Amino acid sequence: MSNKSKSKNKNEGKRDFLIVSTYAMAGIGAAAVAWPLIDQMNPAADTLALASTEVDISSLEEGQAITVTWRGKPVFVRHRTPEEIKLAKDVSLDDMRHPETDEERVPNEKFIVLVGVCTHLGCVPLGQKSGDVKGQYGGWFCPCHGSHYDHSGRIRKGPAPTNLEVPSYKFLSNNVIKIG
Amino acid sequence: MSKSKFKNPVVKWIDYRLPIFSFMDHELNHYPTPKNLNYFWNFGSLAGFALVTMIVSGIVLSMNYTAHVDYAFDSVERIMRDVNHGWLIRYIHMNGASFFFIVVYIHIFRGLYYGSYKAPRELLWILGVLILLLMMATAFMGYVLPWGQMSFWGATVITNLFSAIPFVGESIVTWLWGGFSVDNSTLNRFFSLHFVLPFVIVGVVILHLIALHRFGSNNPIGIDVRGTQDTVPFSPYYTIKDLFGLSVFLSFFAAAVFFFPNFMGHPDNYIEANPMVTPAHIVPEWYFLPFYAILRAIPDKLGGVLFMFGAIAVLFVLPWLDRSPVRSSQFRPIFKIFFWILFLDCILLGYLGAMPAEGIYVILSRIATAYYFFHFLILFPLLPYIEKTKPLPISISEPILGGGSTASAFAVREKK
Amino acid sequence: MNRVSSCFFSRNILKLFFSLVIICSSNSSFAAGEKISYPQLNWSFAGILGTFDRTSQQRGLQVYKEVCSGCHGMRLLAYRNLKSIGYNDDEIKAFAAENTVNTINDDGEIVERPARPSDKFVSPYPNDKAARAANGGAYPPDLSLIVKARPDGANYLHALLTGYVEAPAEKNVPDGMYYNKYYSGNLIGMPQPLYDDGVEYADGTKATPYQMAKDVTAFLAWASEPEMEDRKRLGISVMLFLLLLTALSYFAMKQIWAPIKKQ
Repeated sequence: MSNKSKSKNKNEGKRDFLIVSTYAMAGIGAAAVAWPLIDQMNPAADTLALASTEVDISSLEEGQAITVTWRGKPVFVRHRTPEEIKLAKDVSLDDMRHPETDEERVPNEKFIVLVGVCTHLGCVPLGQKSGDVKGQYGGWFCPCHGSHYDHSGRIRKGPAPTNLEVPSYKFLSNNVIKIG
Repeated sequence: MSKSKFKNPVVKWIDYRLPIFSFMDHELNHYPTPKNLNYFWNFGSLAGFALVTMIVSGIVLSMNYTAHVDYAFDSVERIMRDVNHGWLIRYIHMNGASFFFIVVYIHIFRGLYYGSYKAPRELLWILGVLILLLMMATAFMGYVLPWGQMSFWGATVITNLFSAIPFVGESIVTWLWGGFSVDNSTLNRFFSLHFVLPFVIVGVVILHLIALHRFGSNNPIGIDVRGTQDTVPFSPYYTIKDLFGLSVFLSFFAAAVFFFPNFMGHPDNYIEANPMVTPAHIVPEWYFLPFYAILRAIPDKLGGVLFMFGAIAVLFVLPWLDRSPVRSSQFRPIFKIFFWILFLDCILLGYLGAMPAEGIYVILSRIATAYYFFHFLILFPLLPYIEKTKPLPISISEPILGGGSTASAFAVREKK
Repeated sequence: MNRVSSCFFSRNILKLFFSLVIICSSNSSFAAGEKISYPQLNWSFAGILGTFDRTSQQRGLQVYKEVCSGCHGMRLLAYRNLKSIGYNDDEIKAFAAENTVNTINDDGEIVERPARPSDKFVSPYPNDKAARAANGGAYPPDLSLIVKARPDGANYLHALLTGYVEAPAEKNVPDGMYYNKYYSGNLIGMPQPLYDDGVEYADGTKATPYQMAKDVTAFLAWASEPEMEDRKRLGISVMLFLLLLTALSYFAMKQIWAPIKKQ
């Protein structure tokens, strides 16, 4: 017992290093295994592949709106009337919580395309149907917690922090929009 | 007794009220373990690791699996093709089942060789056999879930075993199926049970560990620990040894998962279940083959089922069948020979389980089955009357002092 | 003690291991069942470092499309998956658009639209019964998993596709059946699919039945195991890591146990 303590002292540094690095290696291995287990909950390849949808707007009259599904969420497409366009453009950005011009948000001023999910806590705002409550600013109104959006989908009143999201989309022709 | 072994104030605070840290320190750190354990004692912790691996990978798979006859097969293929790292997780689960059984079978044979089932460890052994039974049920139901041809026909054949029960057999089978054949109801209940049974296994494993820690591990010499000179604390000695064993195990496991993932599987299970067509050769997973061979060796339906379950039932009463007071085969020259015969017999049964049930294979199956039961029911009780065991060393430390090998330890002891 | 135990360990572990290997291999060789043996080809994707041959796979896709897809579907494969055998987005879009899928329009009518990259390969028949009815009762199996679903799949498939020979005089070949020396029972419902120049390869490769069978098998092997290259690549890193961990933990174990062994 006593003669071993001598050699122990001599090799202690080397020994500790070996043992510590062994357990460190094992720890790294365990951490690396965690990644696949976490990543499997991210969208799978087939889910990502469904990321675009095409909308035919040829039958959408002025003042009408349709709701389409994109990535499992509602997307609002509205054919705005000239008054609505005017209201959306002729407004001061100074008082807005999330100031954006209508031109930034709506490339083709007649057709506004929005992700129909309230930026507060994810409810679907009212305002697509003609009889819906549209809120004080005439655009959309979220009934869950009372967020008011204007004709450009901008948050004007209520708890929502940002404007309604504009998805990436493009006009494939005058009548077809590709979302995503 | 020291006041508190913990320096960290939070740990100290918690431990004073809820002594989990003391418990863990006692059971995992200081736990006195015989110092002469060989590598076969690694397989207990490996089995625990395999169980955790199966549960973790299984939970993750269940997040992506659909238990419906129309979608099950495709949802598994979606896991293989589209889910991020899905193929890895699924192959880990699939090969993990095989490796779990390899580890557990070695663990069981170790117990047989070194007499680990003898007093005072009878309950420890019985709990272990119970774990084996639960594992088999879980593995069987898990194999049904991918809804391939082997899944379907395996489920059909194995559930039909219960129809051998007189009078109520047919009703039991209908009840198991929830219908008149293996179908959607069957798949759903198997998924439910496959998910929950592993947690029952965890419960029994905890009991298994409590029973183990009551008297501590057996050891290759099979004599009781006489004092602290015979033991080392579990940590760091057996933690590092278990880590080494785990690395070796994982190397084999990873080789299978990454390079031969379907080696232990069956190609027919990549064909979607078809209740109208039975594949030409249906074979259970390799870990059931010895039992399958026993089932087919008996020409009577009920008899086959009874013998198959009897092959496991006999393990429950093993501690009372073997009357020899000597545990380790190292000191039982005849027992040791028969141990290896039993081992080869089980391998042979496994081989025969994969062969068609005809000609020479049937005859061999019957001989091998007969030997299996002879070994436990006749040889075990009678052997102590015939066998002259070798003298046991006084303590675990002594053969180590004697210079490296048990054989020379005997020489020293006999001179005394 | 240690020497005894580790010697016992290595000897018996080896025994155990080999017995298990024997069980397993006997199991799988039994699975091969019939005594027919197939010529063993030298596949680029065999072995632990093997990878798929992109040009061969692309030719194989052409063979599938022009020859097999008339009867055999590949419902688990999506057009977007073709990216990993070397096609770009536009090519995949065009390839997909040659097929149509049913969809429901805004008026609730079932209409056809061109397939998109996110769609699965369109099967030739709407359902199994239609497939059987069109093929004299024989069901042309879906090919998505065919290489994995047959023992020694790649060699089997190649053998089968090139195994059409004149039936021996004593063999009675009924109408609608064909003689194939590699098919179990020798009578197969599928007529010989591959003939010289059955397709015209863009890269000028001579389209012999042997070559076409090889290409289509390479394509189908990938379709069965699209993850194979990723799997092997990750496997190499994991094995290296584990070898290092095994070595480190072995020496750490020896260090820690040294005082005990010395006693």
